[in-house]
Amino acid sequence: MAILDKHKILETNASLLLIFSFLVVTIGGIVQITPLFYLENTIEKVEGMRPYTPLEMAGREIYIREGCYVCHSQMIRPMRDEVERYGHYSLAAESMYDHPFQWGSKRTGPDLARVGGRYSDQWHVDHLRDPQSVVPESVMPKYGFLERRKLDGKYIGDIMAANAAVGTPYTDEMLENAEADFRAQADPDSDYDGLLERYGDKVNVRNFDGQPELTEADALIAYLQMLGTLVDFSTFTPVASR
Amino acid sequence: MSKTPEKQPGDPKTTGHSWDGIEEFDNPMPRWWLWTFYATIVWGVIYTILYPAWPLVQSATAGVLGWSTRANVQQEIVEFEERNAPLNAALVATPLEDISKDPNLQQYAVNAGGAVFRTWCAQCHGSGAQGAKGFPNLLDDAWLWGGTLEDIVHTVAHGIRNEESDEARYSEMPAFGEILEPEEISQVVQYVMSLSGAQTDDAAAQAGKVVFEDNCAACHGEDGKGDVTQGAPNLTDAIWLYGGDEKTLTETVTYSRFGVMPAWQNRLTEAQIRAVSAYVHQLGGGQ
Repeated sequence: MAILDKHKILETNASLLLIFSFLVVTIGGIVQITPLFYLENTIEKVEGMRPYTPLEMAGREIYIREGCYVCHSQMIRPMRDEVERYGHYSLAAESMYDHPFQWGSKRTGPDLARVGGRYSDQWHVDHLRDPQSVVPESVMPKYGFLERRKLDGKYIGDIMAANAAVGTPYTDEMLENAEADFRAQADPDSDYDGLLERYGDKVNVRNFDGQPELTEADALIAYLQMLGTLVDFSTFTPVASR
Repeated sequence: MSKTPEKQPGDPKTTGHSWDGIEEFDNPMPRWWLWTFYATIVWGVIYTILYPAWPLVQSATAGVLGWSTRANVQQEIVEFEERNAPLNAALVATPLEDISKDPNLQQYAVNAGGAVFRTWCAQCHGSGAQGAKGFPNLLDDAWLWGGTLEDIVHTVAHGIRNEESDEARYSEMPAFGEILEPEEISQVVQYVMSLSGAQTDDAAAQAGKVVFEDNCAACHGEDGKGDVTQGAPNLTDAIWLYGGDEKTLTETVTYSRFGVMPAWQNRLTEAQIRAVSAYVHQLGGGQ
């Protein structure tokens, strides 16, 4: 065939071969990636998803810093045993404000996608301090030092601005009040009306670690207690074809 | 210098390329390999027709088999629910006190409840229900909020001191560090320790009795035996949730405690709540 004979031109011309190889790889990429940007079934619309509050965002940063994702996944797969154990399978929408997502790839510990509200704050404090005190068979290391590391939220606005730059819908008002909201969430005696107005009434406002100071443990527990609780499943009907 | 080998009869054809007299044999791919390769291409096309694959404008092709992960998991869950439906219905319909009278139902409740317990409760109460500091042991016969099956069902459904359920069991011990002098606290600690027969300083314990009657008896009772209607522990049984030594008790009296248990009514079904309650009830201490 004549066209196959012309292949010889590519084989004998390195620059041309490079350009055409690049074209082929590009087409492959476009076919795989672009539909995800416009297909309606990539991320379904659900009620209740909101960007993380400043304190939860700080907790998420600590979660990533400590490498929690190495042993804990945040992805309940659509299988009966997982749904029975952890709750409703994860939806794509639930990680839409995660940059990067925390699905993880290995479970040395349990999945944490719906750990929010499952245990009391005090359990989380005890468990982070000494996991074996509540779960003797656990192999998790101790994270008691988090209770001693104070946070002032000085840079949390910058972290949120960085997330806003990649698409998280933080409003200017949220960014301006980041530091105040950060403190308010861990202090039930503060004036936290603004926080609830910006992020919704369901935001947990508590002294998470039970100490007067605002620490990394407060931030991490605030994050954990929110995980998987945002989507309102009473208004959600899964479409089977997704 | 080696000599260029002569071409032998029966040698494969060459590609026709020649570099400095060096030529390349054109050996064909092995037949089995070639046909396997073609077969995978054919299989790939068939697969994309059968299963969800090609992205179109609004959605992707669904595939003629109509396969769906979500439908599959839903179907599997429904299948098991239907198999257990008669037992679950019986569990919900039977009055609590009659469950143990039906051996079949009791066996189902205890087994199903054990599975619920290991999934949702063991992290705090321990895999053997032995508890941990701050998380009650469910094997003994000491109950903070009552140990009848009915009490346990209510505690599981609504939890303790949480914000999720309006019917959550609720009480709050004052932090006596703000009310009593340190000396009075140390006296009342001595008295409380004497209640369960621990070695104490008798004079201080005597003084502590007065402090106890004025401040603690309203909830813990004149005799210190507690009150399950308000979750006030029995102080005479030497069973301690946080510890019965002088240091821990001083901490408890000074700062108070506020143990929280989540409400499970939104996470577990009525049948699951009854099953896990029946499981806990038969562990040893049920009343």
